[in-house]
Amino acid sequence: MGRFVVRRLAGMVLVLFAVSVLVFAIFNLIPNSDPAQRLAGKNATPTLVKSIEEDWGFDESLPVQYFDTMKKIFTGELISYGDELNVDERIAEGIPTSFSLCIGAAVIWLFFGVLFGYLSATRAGGWLDRALTVGSVGGISIPVFLIATLFLYFLTYKIELFPASGYVPLLEDPIQWAYHLILPWFTLAILNIGFYSRVLRSNMLDVMREDYVRTARAKGLDEKRVMIRHVLRNSLIPIVTLFGLDFGATLFGGAIITEVIFSLGGVGQYAAEAITNLDLPPLMAITIFGAFFVVLFNALTDVVYAYLDPRIRLGTSAQ
Amino acid sequence: MSPAPLLSAQGLRVGFTTEGGLLQAVDGVSFDLAAGEVLAIVGESGSGKSVTAQTIVGLTRSPNARIEGSVRLGDTELLDASETELRKVRGERIAMVFQDPMTSFNPVYRLGAQIVEAIRAHRDGVSKSEGRARAVELLDSVGIPDAERRVDDYPHEFSGGMRQRAMIAMALALEPEVLIADEPTTALDVTIQAQVLRLLESLNRERGVATILITHDLGVVAEVADRVLVMYAGRVVEEGTLDEIFYDPQHPYTWGLLGSLTRLDRPRPKRLRQISGAPPSLLSLPEGCSFRPRCPHEFAKCMEMPGLEARLADAPSHCDRCWLDPERKREKREVGGQIGLEAPA
Repeated sequence: MGRFVVRRLAGMVLVLFAVSVLVFAIFNLIPNSDPAQRLAGKNATPTLVKSIEEDWGFDESLPVQYFDTMKKIFTGELISYGDELNVDERIAEGIPTSFSLCIGAAVIWLFFGVLFGYLSATRAGGWLDRALTVGSVGGISIPVFLIATLFLYFLTYKIELFPASGYVPLLEDPIQWAYHLILPWFTLAILNIGFYSRVLRSNMLDVMREDYVRTARAKGLDEKRVMIRHVLRNSLIPIVTLFGLDFGATLFGGAIITEVIFSLGGVGQYAAEAITNLDLPPLMAITIFGAFFVVLFNALTDVVYAYLDPRIRLGTSAQ
Repeated sequence: MSPAPLLSAQGLRVGFTTEGGLLQAVDGVSFDLAAGEVLAIVGESGSGKSVTAQTIVGLTRSPNARIEGSVRLGDTELLDASETELRKVRGERIAMVFQDPMTSFNPVYRLGAQIVEAIRAHRDGVSKSEGRARAVELLDSVGIPDAERRVDDYPHEFSGGMRQRAMIAMALALEPEVLIADEPTTALDVTIQAQVLRLLESLNRERGVATILITHDLGVVAEVADRVLVMYAGRVVEEGTLDEIFYDPQHPYTWGLLGSLTRLDRPRPKRLRQISGAPPSLLSLPEGCSFRPRCPHEFAKCMEMPGLEARLADAPSHCDRCWLDPERKREKREVGGQIGLEAPA
């Protein structure tokens, strides 16, 4: 277990380093991305640009600038080029919102994905399976921005059932918190509900053909127990892998569109702002932050995996 | 012959609708299994022996299965039984052991827990700890060393032979009247095969468990069976006691099976004997006798399907499906001093 943790941590550092170098390089390769020019404004004199370059350290070599930026991310001194505010503080402000959005959406997509997948697989070929298949494929195919727009049009504009935007902190008012998040949650979850139910359905249909399922029936277990304890339980193992990847990726990537459309003001929306303004510091910080969670959830997935499948035991060989 | 058999199949037919048409996997199989008896069903892959076994406890039921005939356990007709009624029979009165012990246990649960699950499926009152104690006892009785500790192992921590023993232990958990062993030794090493067979034999002798042993290995049959059913392409082609089948086989297919056994007490053959050709597709069976295309003794009458009948005056229970005259069979099956289908080319 100890070796596993060390190996994972080393891998994590490596991934974060590679990702940050990549973002930094891409930013510097984008035409018209010179931050001094942008900070100085449209009709800036060369002297002004020059002095900004010196003030912000843009005259240094790129590797020096890179390490300087990285150091500031971790010491909390990084300042945005756009609004000239502290980047880490703005990310910290957005975290509760982004976590509320993503965790809520994840709970919803897991619940409905597993429910629909289970119903589909146990009634394969029946009308419910067909209906769920059509629904799932629809859910996978409709882009997030369209779902969000449809929700907004029908559920906030046509019938004023839900608020169109805004975020209420959980600790301030839990009911308003959930009320404001219901539409964003479902917007974010629908794609994965469809996807997970399809994957689970096909996993379960595969597992149903396994010898141990026949053994379970031959023991005289009732069909429900066979399906839940033997078929579903074993079919969930690949779902965990998917979830580990998807949750990390959603947290600081997949949620951007949803956050923007519902003006939630989380980390995703901050990322969208930074991208449109070609604002490097927040981009670097958010990327590292996002990559950190992706890698973290991958490692957690491996731990859960070992729990779910005793054949994979970390650090301890069988016997 | 006891008056009322424990388990009786009459005219059992199992077909599956496939894209290529109706696949008649089992076509009119009948047998009686008396208490304490070991009945072997022998045949190649695809002869319908496993489908027969699984149909007895309703494991082949599906929307595209056509099941006809009758399977009676005591007074109960199993083919008409509801799922709930069948569920009570499975594990409790008829238990099964499957071919591949590597895949027949669920890999994510401890072995003991899987045995306890089998017990508690039929005995509501049994607590988990009582079940566990019983599982230890069972594992011990099938010769798992240190059962008290091994009961909490996962299937992958057991060797193949141990898993098959554990499988048998699980099958015995509720002291069933009938044990169906579907190729129980096929996936095992030869030395382990002998151990598992000895275990099955001792269970039959000591506990009187009536056993249906499904196998393609006549060597296995010779060791434990009382009576033998030889199946080919979904039909029984010969049926008799162990001695009748081994010493006076009537069907050329049985000759072929016996001839393909390699015997240590005979000079080593240049080539291992085989039955040439392959079993027919169940979707397009040949006209007449299904074994005709592979049979070197085919003659005009074989275009007509022979019935399963007793053809020997002195052996009323020895039946076969072959038109050849029994006297002529005696000459034809002699190949190089032993029983065989034909001299190797």
